[in-house]
Amino acid sequence: MRRIISMLMENEPGALSRVVGLFSQRGYNIETLNVAPTDDPTLSRLTLTTVENDLRIEQLTKQLNKLVDVVKLADLTEGAHIERDLMLIKVRATGTAREEVKRTTDIFRGQIVDVGPTVYTIQLTGTSDKLDSFVAAMAGAEILEVVRSGVAGISRGEKVLSL
Amino acid sequence: MELLSGGEMIARALEDEGVEYIFGYPGGAVLHIYDALFKNCKVPHVLVRHEQAATHAADGYARATGKPGVVLVTSGPGATNAVTGIATAYMDSIPMVVLSGQVQSHLIGEDAFQETDMIGISRPIVKHSFMVKRTEDLPKIIKKAFHIAASGRPGPVVIDIPKDLTRPDETFEYSYPKTVKMRSYSPAQRGHTGQIKKAAKLLLAAKRPVIYSGGGVILGDASELLTQLARKLNYPVTNTLMGLGGYPGSDRQFLGMLGMHGFYEANMAMHHSDCILAVGARFDDRVTNTVSKFCPGAKIIHIDVDPASISKTVMADIPIVGPVQSVLTELLAQIDLLTEKDNSIPDQSALERWWQQIDEWRAAHGLYTGRRYDESDMIMPQQVIESLYRATGGDAYVTSDVGQHQMFAAQYYRFDKPRRWINSGGLGTMGFGLPAAMGVKLAFPDSEVACVTGEGSIQMNIQELSTCKQYNTPVKIINLRNNYLGMVKQWQDMQYEGRYAMSTYEDSLPDFIKLVEAYGHVGIQVTKLADLDGAMEAAFAMKDRLVFLDIFIDPMEHVYPMHIAPNGSMKDMWLSKNERT
Ligand SMILES: Cc1ncc(C[n+]2csc(CCOP(=O)(O)OP(=O)(O)O)c2C)c(N)n1
Repeated sequence: MRRIISMLMENEPGALSRVVGLFSQRGYNIETLNVAPTDDPTLSRLTLTTVENDLRIEQLTKQLNKLVDVVKLADLTEGAHIERDLMLIKVRATGTAREEVKRTTDIFRGQIVDVGPTVYTIQLTGTSDKLDSFVAAMAGAEILEVVRSGVAGISRGEKVLSL
Repeated sequence: MELLSGGEMIARALEDEGVEYIFGYPGGAVLHIYDALFKNCKVPHVLVRHEQAATHAADGYARATGKPGVVLVTSGPGATNAVTGIATAYMDSIPMVVLSGQVQSHLIGEDAFQETDMIGISRPIVKHSFMVKRTEDLPKIIKKAFHIAASGRPGPVVIDIPKDLTRPDETFEYSYPKTVKMRSYSPAQRGHTGQIKKAAKLLLAAKRPVIYSGGGVILGDASELLTQLARKLNYPVTNTLMGLGGYPGSDRQFLGMLGMHGFYEANMAMHHSDCILAVGARFDDRVTNTVSKFCPGAKIIHIDVDPASISKTVMADIPIVGPVQSVLTELLAQIDLLTEKDNSIPDQSALERWWQQIDEWRAAHGLYTGRRYDESDMIMPQQVIESLYRATGGDAYVTSDVGQHQMFAAQYYRFDKPRRWINSGGLGTMGFGLPAAMGVKLAFPDSEVACVTGEGSIQMNIQELSTCKQYNTPVKIINLRNNYLGMVKQWQDMQYEGRYAMSTYEDSLPDFIKLVEAYGHVGIQVTKLADLDGAMEAAFAMKDRLVFLDIFIDPMEHVYPMHIAPNGSMKDMWLSKNERT
């Protein structure tokens, strides 16, 4: 099953490579990876998605928790949560495609953030599924470039991942 | 407050940490540190002949004393030479602090002379590592390193130190922290009481119990508690290769080692058990054989300080995360409570039947009772270990290398005390034995220290004979000479129809007697069984000399029992060349 694992880690050099290294060392796949500082400059928040069975996920979270740089960890998929992936996608927008691309973008509530005579750059946020559907819907157009942030996630309600 | 340079801080911090020995080797990136050690440091430094040996010596010291071993190496090749020893310590959870020099900060990343990314190279084989960025941080980082190395599930910690941070002309205020607080590191302090209560109940209800204990009992200094528990319940105990000495080896309740080369009665008892108490063991593949066939009828209680060790390969029915000492203390108390209050004691007649069964297994194929040697004049390897046992009263520190000799030592030297059996179990590092013995002898100069080895393994770090001379560490080297890479040959006999691909030396072995004499030590060759005990006694009588016993053994002997793999269970074993279960 697909899991979203989110952790707070020390904002230290080498911390990220320990997390990423653990995945290859123990034979796990990372589907998406997102890291950025938090409001606390000593901590960064790392969120990753992976597809593994429950047993292997349990072992993985234990191994991650063992890393000295990992301060706190949560498997967001264990409860209600919000996930967002951000995509910037550049498509060819000429002739009839120009109107079609605009229409599809509106349906998905995307924004055209850069306009050129022959290209549109569209920004879209949402779950990974939504972004995948958008890319699929764009199949008729000529996609020039896709960049995604990877999933960032947070629990719903009162539950927080903080110190 | 005192002003010290980075190099001086390191020297002082090691003193303040109570370090007894530094094992190391100098080089450009650590010369400031070495100068500081030379000028003013109470901690003696042991100059090895290869950095791998520094890590193994520190490791042997740590295994025997329980205190972290300390290693100091230079950047680049010094650091990479240390890697095998760090990995060896990591696999066996041995506390160790490795200080490695690094090129100057401004050169990092430029492929400078003797630059290597030690933090990167060592990442998968350390418990943690630190790259020092500011000289002022050194005392705090060293304190943290020792704390992390020795607490929880122990392990090696690397501190990588750029040369410029140790320069003598820049000084900073020094104070060594008394305590460490780390928000991201807090190993379990005690087990969950509810779980321990459940475990007590399950244990008392067992009809065919086995206590299976591993290296965690040794590392966690819990062998007395384990022994108390086993005696109180009259339950049988088996130890892993890493756990030998965790329960007295000569005791009636001891079934011997379990696993690939485990005792018949130990493996049979495990397979037929209905309740296994695993303490500080990790269900390693060399223990379980095929996991899906492992102990089909057993409920499993698993105590370990490392949550990741629990249910990693074999699912635990009652997992208990905590230091083995505190958990066993509480478990004993809970058992007392149940016995007193509810009058709940194990089913004695079931237990009696279980012991009868075990005694039958033991009588049929036990190594000490069922086995007969050929009546040849050739020395059998098992006889060498038994002779060593007699000559040392069973009370020596025994280190070993890796191969058949290691398994014979594990099987036949009945370790009654913890920390006496010192071998590379997890990584299986040939070349471990001699440097490890050196470390042990430095820690316990008045105790007997023997290194059981083979002519393959000993040559992997034989240069340390020179270190032994310099620091006067009169260990006894017991070379089980079979003229083959014996364990490789055994597998080739069993699985490759005796095709000895690169497992022979074709008459190229050195004259070990001359060799050790060249290093200033004593060598004795033994070729006849009749001379064995005499030579062994003579060696140990030479208290202040390193003696190398080159003992010619039957080259065709195999280690048995041996698990049948693949697809075998615990009870599937070869018992001799043509006899199997
Ligand atoms: C560094 C290293 N290289 C290779 C091996 C694989 N290996 C395991 S046992 C063995 C043979 C050991 O021969 P020897 O030291 O003579 O001991 P014996 O088995 O003959 O007692 C080898 C090559 C290893 N364990 N370690």
